Amino acid sequence: MFRGEIKNKSKNIFLSSANPKDLVVIKSIPKGNYKSQLLRFGIFEGQVVEILSKLPGGTLVIRINRQEIALGANLTKKILIEKL
Amino acid sequence: MNKLSNDQNHTKKDKKLQIALVGNPNVGKSIFFNYLTNIYVEVSNFPGTTVEIYHGNYKNYIVYDTPGIYSVSSFNDEEKVAKDIIINSDIIINVVDATHLERDLFLTTQLIEMGKKIIIALNMYDELKKYNLKIDVKKLSLILGVPVIPTVAPEKKGFKELEEKISEATNGIINKEILKELELLKELEIPTAEKLLILEEDKPTIVKYAEKLNDFFIGKFHFDSHSFKRPKKHLRRRHHHGFNKHRYYGNYIPENKDEELTSNFQRGFHKKHFLKKIMRHYLNRDRIYLLRRLYVNSITTKVISPIKGKESISKIIGNLIIKPQTGIPISIFILYLIYLFIGVFIAGDVVKFTEGKIGNNIFEYNLKKYIAYSSSTLVTVKVKNENDSIIKVNSHFFEYGIKNEIDKFHSLENEKKITNSEIKFTYSNPILTILFGDFGILTMTITYILFLLLPLVIGFYFMLSILEDSGYLPRLATLVDKLLSYIGLNGRAIIPIILGFGCVTMATITTRILGSKRERTIATTILQLAIPCSAQLGVIATLLASVNSKVTIIYIIIIFIFLTLTGTILNKFIKGESTPLIIDLPPMRLPRPINVFKKTYYRSYGFMKEASPWFFFGALIISIMQITGALDIAIKILNPLVVKWLKLPEHTAIAFVMGLVRRDFGAAGLYGLPLSSYQVLVAIITLTLFVPCVTSLIVMFKERGPKEGIIIWFSSLTFAFFIGGIIAQIFL
Repeated sequence: MFRGEIKNKSKNIFLSSANPKDLVVIKSIPKGNYKSQLLRFGIFEGQVVEILSKLPGGTLVIRINRQEIALGANLTKKILIEKL
Repeated sequence: MNKLSNDQNHTKKDKKLQIALVGNPNVGKSIFFNYLTNIYVEVSNFPGTTVEIYHGNYKNYIVYDTPGIYSVSSFNDEEKVAKDIIINSDIIINVVDATHLERDLFLTTQLIEMGKKIIIALNMYDELKKYNLKIDVKKLSLILGVPVIPTVAPEKKGFKELEEKISEATNGIINKEILKELELLKELEIPTAEKLLILEEDKPTIVKYAEKLNDFFIGKFHFDSHSFKRPKKHLRRRHHHGFNKHRYYGNYIPENKDEELTSNFQRGFHKKHFLKKIMRHYLNRDRIYLLRRLYVNSITTKVISPIKGKESISKIIGNLIIKPQTGIPISIFILYLIYLFIGVFIAGDVVKFTEGKIGNNIFEYNLKKYIAYSSSTLVTVKVKNENDSIIKVNSHFFEYGIKNEIDKFHSLENEKKITNSEIKFTYSNPILTILFGDFGILTMTITYILFLLLPLVIGFYFMLSILEDSGYLPRLATLVDKLLSYIGLNGRAIIPIILGFGCVTMATITTRILGSKRERTIATTILQLAIPCSAQLGVIATLLASVNSKVTIIYIIIIFIFLTLTGTILNKFIKGESTPLIIDLPPMRLPRPINVFKKTYYRSYGFMKEASPWFFFGALIISIMQITGALDIAIKILNPLVVKWLKLPEHTAIAFVMGLVRRDFGAAGLYGLPLSSYQVLVAIITLTLFVPCVTSLIVMFKERGPKEGIIIWFSSLTFAFFIGGIIAQIFL
């Protein structure tokens, strides 16, 4: 579906394909307002994030420093991660 | 805002120092504010509250409470308001949630970088145990360079110490990396706080200092024809974006033959291109945010240490709500409870008493009678039997008011007492009709606002406050996020949609919480077109009760399909992209009753204050239409449409026009009419989709602007008759 997914030969995948209980490292976040908003919550390149649950449809609940944050599916499919 | 800045100027003269209470949402700021000033305020902050600022006196200070924010910026109204207060304050009490230090220190370090005098209240210190954590307070204070006082707000623990140390608030130690960035604007003569905001690409601040920034950048980087120098290496960012001196400046700027001309030329020139390029080149919010984030993380690893323990119950409940298997049944159960509370208790029992008894029978009746006492009035009594049909009509014209023929009036009044009948006063004087007639500003509108709307609004805000304070609302938003994404909204939009079932006007105002103009347009359209408000729902339910359940099911399906289709189509054709859901899920906890009551009070008050004038305005329009005969003309125009196209009895047209006054009036007008099952279906579908009440229309025009307002209004009218008609053609 997404160019990055096919072309990317490294282990990098999109956050949307992570599963509950995964520990992932954020690799890249697209530029824009969301990037700043995510930074405020502590989500940025290099940060380790724990996936708590995934709703049907793809809305993701992640945990970062004991803080639970829900991210919409249309955002998670733009964030590149690497599984640990 | 103007009032605020006036206040501030005023206080500057009096030399009273200003304290601002600043913190992330739901950290307990307002408990501190109440303690210091003894003024009642809203305790936590969730988008949906209209931004109101509270301030009060404390010793020689003026204390301002600010909305909860994650950082000082301008992403939304709350942030803009908070930013203004922070910039103008002398001392900042930064309330920090000890259990979410990583999140909250982001704001703290930013405040320090702004060069503000700060003292930190490390709140919820007792809850650290629940998370099995320990914080080294001394170390934290040492690193940040400001006093840090552990507090437990509900128990007022640590408040005394905080009070004693307010005067010790100091400028903290600024992160070295940020200091380097600030160096860029060193010679710019504006407050440090705003320099930081400029570095963070804060648009309002850049606009505020546009002239100064222009001159500053020209001076600093010698951007004239030949002395253009490339900035130093560490300042050269986004270089790869094609920043090319010749392309942008070199060829355009004449040599200094005519100085005035040159500078004018430069000004005119860079207003369009130059400044933008420079800004893009040197200012980078993401970079600053990243530096700050890294710094905060380095601090927290130094001060937080884990201790052993187990997971808390509130977390387990929180997880159950989000998981669909358990979350959907829980949500359905909660929605059912809401329905029982608002739909059955408030909209039924409470409103029946307040509107019917107090509003109509006591307040309006006596007021109308009092006016009729000495003015020329036609009094009509419609005597009804048990089946609500009129058996006889008595009327009498009191030319000089009822005081002259008081016995005659009493005999009319007695007829009303015996049976369940209506008594109607028609004044000869048009001004009296506007003020005290059936749609009178001082009769119907007051009854409507005080005795029907107010109980409903209080009920809804009460429920919303409980849902919010318990931590349920953000989880519900998460659960429905995907569903709402099909119609171009994110989970947050569930709040105005729920409120819409209470009062569309209230919900239309609440669409302000949505992230983009696009989402606000979609949500408003759906609210105005397809969401029936509580007043209407009551009547629709009554009408549906009289016909078979098949009609109910068809009604729900049609409205649902229409809602989904409208949303999907709007989502497809409105330009732009909707904002994704990014929502903080606070721990589930029992709401504190005091907070819930305060919130309910302030929200209801805020809404009534904002919306009431428009209800009066709407009533005035309708009254004028009634007197000038415009209302009758509208009914005449609608008549053929109603009879031939919708295949409904002639009188239904009146019901539709009355629906403009209040949607429920329209539906209620159908009570007395002999309708078949499918005629009921056609009528309620048309009414649901039909133009909402005048007030919601005015508020929509105000929120969305005249152009969008007219489009939404017009499509509401068209769809109502189009779809109603199609149903009529199919079933009748």
